[in-house]
Amino acid sequence: MKLVLNFDPVWAELDMILDGVLLTIGLSAAAILLGSALAVLLVALKSLGPRWVGFCVDAYVELMRNTPFLIQLFMIFFGLPLLGIKMSGAAAGLLAMTMNLGAYATEIIRAGVDSTHKSQLEAGVSLALTRLQVFRYVVLKPAFAKVWPALSSQFVLMMLASSICSFISVAELSGAAAIIESRTFRSFETYIIVTIVYLALALVLKSSLLALGKWLFPNASGMERAEAKATPAIAGAV
Amino acid sequence: METFGFPEMMFILRSAGWTLLLTALAFTLGGVMGGGLAILRLSQNVFLRTLASGYILVIQSIPVLMVLFMSYYGLSMFGIELPSFFAASASLAVYASAYLAEIWRGSIQSVPFQQWEASSSLAMSRAQQYRYIILPQAIRISLPPTVGFLVQLVKNTSIVSVVGFVELSRAGTLVNNATFRPFQVFGVVAAIYFAICFPLSRLSRHLEKVMNASRNH
Repeated sequence: MKLVLNFDPVWAELDMILDGVLLTIGLSAAAILLGSALAVLLVALKSLGPRWVGFCVDAYVELMRNTPFLIQLFMIFFGLPLLGIKMSGAAAGLLAMTMNLGAYATEIIRAGVDSTHKSQLEAGVSLALTRLQVFRYVVLKPAFAKVWPALSSQFVLMMLASSICSFISVAELSGAAAIIESRTFRSFETYIIVTIVYLALALVLKSSLLALGKWLFPNASGMERAEAKATPAIAGAV
Repeated sequence: METFGFPEMMFILRSAGWTLLLTALAFTLGGVMGGGLAILRLSQNVFLRTLASGYILVIQSIPVLMVLFMSYYGLSMFGIELPSFFAASASLAVYASAYLAEIWRGSIQSVPFQQWEASSSLAMSRAQQYRYIILPQAIRISLPPTVGFLVQLVKNTSIVSVVGFVELSRAGTLVNNATFRPFQVFGVVAAIYFAICFPLSRLSRHLEKVMNASRNH
């Protein structure tokens, strides 16, 4: 059989793709910021709080890591309205992404926090820092520096996973693709273009995060980074 | 509106079986492809090496959803019509192969290079070196991350409903559409996923501890 590709009808919908790209970037950026904040909070609670709080944090992390993102998204999107909380698809997507990324980032940052040497804590205390100050300057910042590469790949994976929000009709890049596909009947062409856009987004995000890491943590040596065993060798984790 | 009762529960449980089958087939196919890619990735031939790393980079930098669509529509573009179960497995295998290749490449590379030297001084061919010296050690090293990846694969089977296959998540959606009890339905679905994934996660962590214990002396 002859393979005929016709991209023209898809190019005609370029606006839609651009809107999709913007929404994907917006959702991912917001989820990365909020998810990291959630992770820092959870790590702090686990490190500084009483034991039962640490147990709750662990339970949350395990629950999120061992169930599919799609089901988490469905729970939020279909479940919350029954509790009287109405939200748009994009808001539900952002909430699910934040909760999911929060759990993975907690696990990664915790590995960095755990690798802090005891003598560092003692040194901090001997400088009359409060517990919170020790956590912030002695534990958290170096931990971030150590696990930044692992964290960066988790951020990229979250950006890629934002495509799953198209299941609840959010018109981010994948959602836009689904709409264009149904308008033009040019499925393969649509997905070729959208796949290339995702590829570009992922590569740009990855290199910007690496550059950001170098800028944020100029003193973190390669050795130190390699030491942190937080790398999710099992990438693709959402 | 129907209630969420015994027949719905059985339907969901049966679909969990499909999720497991899908994972098994995708893992087997993806494992064969991934193993080949890992070896190509470490080949002495620059062309093969670049080809393999290009494939891995691309698959790892696009959403699984796009891998599914591309392989599904790609196949049908070329006139290959597979039943949805096999189409879904093949697509997931493409996704799995890239990640497994990267995990296994790392494992092969973490075998000390003196092992390569020693075996080549015994006049072994490259195939023999892999077969008798390198792989037996690499496989041990690769076990924890491989089991860990299996968890990701199980979870990612949840999105194959886009190619028209009814597995656990799709079954949950169908039951929810009929009963509209999202917390109960997706709660049960999530619990089943958790029951599959959590033991695997634990196993992965346990294996990691066991391996590290033997590596320390």
